Formats: sequence, C-alpha cells, structure tokens
Amino acid sequence: MATMAQAVRLALHYGEEHLGVTDIFGEDVGPPLGGVFTVTQGLKTAWNTPLDERGIIGTAMGIAYAGGRPVCEIQFCDYAFNVLDLLKIAGNQRWASGGEYDMPIVVMTPTGAGIRGSIYHSHSFDSWATRLPGWKIVMPSNPLDAYGLMLAAIIDPNPVLYLLPKALLRVRGERLIPGEPDDPEQLSRMIDAPIGDRTHWSPQWPPVQEYIVPIGRAELVREGQDATIISYGRHLPICVQVVDELTRQEGIRCDVIDLRSLFPYDWDLISQSVVKTGRVLIVNEDTEVTNFAEHLLRRIIEEHFYDLLVRPRALMGKHVPGIGMNQVYERNSVPQAEDVQAAIRALLADPA
Amino acid sequence: MELGEGAIMPEMHFEEEQPDIPEGQRRPTGVAAPAVIRSGREVISAELALTIYRQMVRTRALEERSIKMSKSGEAYFWIGGPGEEAVNVCLGLQVHKGQGPAYDYLHLHYRNAGVLLAMGMPMIDHVRQLAMRWTDPHSRGRNFVGHYAVKKWNVVPVTSVIEVQFAMAPGTALMQKRHGQKHPEENEGITIVIGGEAGTAEGDFETCLNWSTRPGHELPVLMIVTNNRFGISTDFTTVCAEKCVADRAIPYGIRAETVDGNDPVLAWNAIDRAMRYCRKERKPYLLETLVSRLHGHSSSSGAQRDWKQPDPLQMFEEKLLSCGAMDASTVETLWTEARAEAEAAVAAALREPEPRPEDVYRFTYAPSPVDVVYPQDYTGLPGRLGI
Repeated sequence: MATMAQAVRLALHYGEEHLGVTDIFGEDVGPPLGGVFTVTQGLKTAWNTPLDERGIIGTAMGIAYAGGRPVCEIQFCDYAFNVLDLLKIAGNQRWASGGEYDMPIVVMTPTGAGIRGSIYHSHSFDSWATRLPGWKIVMPSNPLDAYGLMLAAIIDPNPVLYLLPKALLRVRGERLIPGEPDDPEQLSRMIDAPIGDRTHWSPQWPPVQEYIVPIGRAELVREGQDATIISYGRHLPICVQVVDELTRQEGIRCDVIDLRSLFPYDWDLISQSVVKTGRVLIVNEDTEVTNFAEHLLRRIIEEHFYDLLVRPRALMGKHVPGIGMNQVYERNSVPQAEDVQAAIRALLADPA
Repeated sequence: MELGEGAIMPEMHFEEEQPDIPEGQRRPTGVAAPAVIRSGREVISAELALTIYRQMVRTRALEERSIKMSKSGEAYFWIGGPGEEAVNVCLGLQVHKGQGPAYDYLHLHYRNAGVLLAMGMPMIDHVRQLAMRWTDPHSRGRNFVGHYAVKKWNVVPVTSVIEVQFAMAPGTALMQKRHGQKHPEENEGITIVIGGEAGTAEGDFETCLNWSTRPGHELPVLMIVTNNRFGISTDFTTVCAEKCVADRAIPYGIRAETVDGNDPVLAWNAIDRAMRYCRKERKPYLLETLVSRLHGHSSSSGAQRDWKQPDPLQMFEEKLLSCGAMDASTVETLWTEARAEAEAAVAAALREPEPRPEDVYRFTYAPSPVDVVYPQDYTGLPGRLGI
C-alpha cells in the first residue's frame, strides 16, 4: 500500500502522462531532492525554483494564462502567508475578468502539526484557505483519496488548493490505488529515489489508472445513530480511531464524515447526518478563532436548529501564536485523541 | 501605411472607427513635408509620427472625458495615464497582437489606455468599464477603469495590487520560450510587463528580474518601468536611494536602458530596440521610461491638471507643426474628431444595461466535470436547497 506521499507522486505522474500537466515546481521540488517530503521524486516535469513563494504563485498564474497546467508547491503552508494577495488574485481572475480568463492551477502545501515542526513548520492553513473565494480547497486523509483528489484538482479548470496533512504523508493506506503493485516493498523499489547519489536513478512507474474523488463529495467513513463527527485531514483518522474504540468498548455508533473537500463542502451529507443524530462535533487542528468549523456550526445552527438534540460543538486548536517545540506545547494546544474522546463523551452525555 | 524602418506593426488600426487623415491636411501649403521626424540621433518616419500623434490625441481625449465622468457622477473613480501617451501608444503600435504563446503577452497596470487604443480597442470598451456596465468586456462592471482583460490579445487581467504583474510575467514568458523551441516559426512572442517606479520597491519586481535570468532558462520579458517620480504623493527620491531604476538590471546581467518617455521618437525607438532584443535573444530587457503625470494619481487626489509637468502631447504637437509635418487645421480636426469619438462612446455606454443582482455569482468558476457541487458556476453556498 502506498504512503500518501507516494500516492500524490503517482497522481502527479498520471497527471503528466494523461491530464496535460506541464509543470510541477517549487522549492526543492525538482531533482535531486524531489520535495522535502519526497512527493515529487522522479517526475519528468518537476523543476526547482528560487526560494521565492511569490514567484512560485505568480509564475503558476502566468503559465496558466498561456495555456499550461501547472502544479506548484509552497514547501510548508507556514510560508504561504506572504502570497495571500496573489492567492486572492488567482481566485478572482475569472470573476474579475467577467469569464475572460480561467485559472487552472493546483497549489499544494503541507499543513498542520504532528511532525515536531516547532513554530514555523506546524501552522494550519485550512481556515485561511476557506476565506479565498474562487478557489476550491481539498485535503485528503488517506493515500487513495490523496490520489483521487489530486486527479480531480488537476482536471478542474479552477484554482485548487491541495492541503497535504503533513503528519499523514508517510502513513500507508489500506486501499490500493488502481494499478498499484500489491507489495509496498516493490512499489518502493520502483518509485522511491535511493538515498545518496541519484544521478543515474529513474523511477519505474506502475501503470496506475484513473481514479477520481469528486470535488465537493465527502465520505461517510463510519455510520451510526448516536452522533455526527465531522473532520478532515490529520484528525480524521484520530476521530475514526476514537469512535472505533467507543464502539468496541461501549457500543456507541457515530457517523464519521471525512469532508475531503473543504470548499465546496458536502452540505447534503452533513445535513442528512445532523437530521439523523441531532448531535454534532466538528474536529480540526486550526486555531479556534474564526475557524472554518465555525462556519459549518453557523449553518448547522441556522438550518438545523430544531433538529439538534443538544448544542453542537467544535474541537479546535488553541488560539496561540504557534506550536511550541517542546511536546508539552503541542499536546496542550492541538487536539489529541484523548481530547476527541472526551469531546465525544461529553456530546453523548449531554441530556437531550 | 509606411512605417519607420524595421518597425513591426501587425494588424494596425484594427476596429478603428476614424478614417485616415486626408493627405492634403497634413502639411502647410507650399512647405515641403519632412520625410522623417528627428530627436537627436533617433528618427521615425513622418507617416508614423502622424499615426502616433493621432493615437495620442485619441488617448488624451478619452482620458479627459473619463476624468469628467468621475467628476460629474457618471462614474465613481478615475485612474489613468495622461502624460504617458507617448510610451503607451508607441508600445501598443508595436505589439504582436494575437492569442496564445506565439503572440505577445501584456501584463499591464492601470495607466495603459493608450496601449489598448493603439492596438485597436474601441473607446467604448474603456468607457463601459468606467460606467460599470454589464457590457464591460473587461470585468462586467466589476473593476476600476483601465483594468483591462482581453484574451484575444493576450492582455491578462489588470489588478489594482501594485507590481503583482511582475511576479506573473515569468510564467507567460516561460510558455512562450518553450513554444518557440517547439515551433521555430512562432519564436518571437514576448511578455511585456509594465509598472510604475514606486512599485519597484515591491519584491515582485525583483522576482521578475530573478526568474527571467535563471541560468540556462532566460526568458523573453520586456520590463517597462514608467517613472513619473511619484507614488501617489510620495516623491521617489525621498524613499529610495537608487539614482536610476534601470540600474536594478545590473546584478542580473540584464540589458537595460533609460529613455525620455515624453518624446515619441525616442520612446518608439527604445521600445523597438528592446523588443527586437527580447524577440531574437529570448532574454529579458529592462526599459525605464521617464514620463509625466498630468492629472495626479487618480480622482481621489482631485485629478486636476498639473501644469508644471511637461506635456508629451503638446510638445509633440509643436514639434510636428514647426517642422511642417502637419498644419493647425489638421490638429484642430484630429482633436475635434477624438473628442466627438469619446463623447459618442460615453453617450452610448450610458445607455447600456447595468449588472443585475443575479449576476453577482456569475463567472466565479469555470465549468468542471469533477465538481459535484458546482459543475457549471458558483451558485451560492453549497447545498442550500432553496433556503
């Protein structure tokens, strides 16, 4: 089973071969490194840029204006803040030009904590991203979705921000990508660059097939009557793990929704689940003031007030300036499995 | 029409509404008309000079009518380029106009009406944006005036955000260079990016210098800085130590030149040289043009005429009159025609429809085969179900 990094790499390879991707670029994206998380190793259109995020986004826009299909990377989302205005412009090009110009670019960037990344390799970007009208925002929680969402992001002729949950990039999936070899060791021998000198290395790509996760379609990964748990990215597997434990130990059953697309989000699935359970918890790791989860809570309250059995709630990162290096800081500012469990227990214990 | 030697002017006068000037009106009776117009060692043909002059008059007439609209309440805001007509017209007339990487890409800023008029944009398309009409082809009444977007001519959307166009220019140039390598017969398209001198303080200017000179990957980008010495109210010399913007090219090994942008003869030839270099060498060029700002930054500062600044149009007019390239009646005719053209454009645009409330979301998204919520366009928050 591929890791998420391998899955994105396979998707980008598919994009180069079948979907017209012309350029994959960013800092350290090309050879010899192939990305700080190995996501772009061995790709034929990958190239290195100056250390200049504004140049990366601007050049991607220029390539798109001239008919190319670029996928670019901001090495960590912590370094995307100096391109917020360019992201806004990319998102408004079609609207501002009255439909004259499309903006088919994919920007991928690792986001979130969980790799002991200290203050500037641990930021979240999901809530910032959802404040960029004109963009579509996706974030996978497993390798197969990572593959399918990347294909969709490339095919979609609008700007798509592809958030990589960095703590999950090296986690293996449970489902095979169509065309992926069964043996993960074999896959690694085929597409992972060797340590050390790579001068004469080239990948042996497996014949991966088209597999698309549509933008705007969430996945119901666990089903139950007791509560609705909504998450995405890194916290999705944490929520699943906690719910599975509660099911095993106490017979509690919850809907767990993996959003996959933050915008557009799958309101129909959320809505149906809220009507069914009447109890809602949203979990993510971005900071809690003006968090994207608050938007979903607003809609749930406005449109499902009389369907709710108890107050809906959100478990989010603390409103602090950063994630501290000592793990005490991270454990006490980013939701942990025990925090998720406590939040679900409280949600269920609340008398209707 | 005969052009200056070696000048490149494909498809000139496209969509223009005015007829050419009758030959007899161009010179005083009995005085031999000059064949060329000179400024120092630089020369353009008298025919070309008259074409440039006429386009400068049209541009000025349109800008003055636009300022009037912002003052009369027919529009909310004006910004533009009176004082930059020489550079803008000489550039617009030399652009390789068309769609796709075989042609020039234009990353403009908001003082370039003269470029588009010289390329053949009808005046009314400028006025439609100023008057915020649904018929505005550049932005459907959404953007400030002069914020053009013309896909058929590779004019990418102008934005008010200063200097961001310099971060985008390497992308179109990269595609053009690549296109030319695959199709040697279409290897002359260049990227032209324009901004003021104040904007060169932004990192995006340095981005363009850097990205267009990556070793082995040099790009055909013509960077034009229109230096009017002012960023709104701030004198450039009080916030920047550099004596000459063109010197910014030196550490990158970029060829550069500073030219008097108030003189069309000099501006034409400088743009011609810069374009030839970018087209043939497939490398960048930095052209600094020293220009005037005749009506301040925008209507927000009143847009009153600044009579202390030299006027490139008046100076060129006097030059052409004094050398006998045209006579006073020609001047009067051209001004009358240009003002009438602007007046007619305003009258027509103001009769056209405005956007409707239901147009707010339109053109947000392009149709997508992989988006289950917005397969066509944005329609409001996801899954509203009529709520």
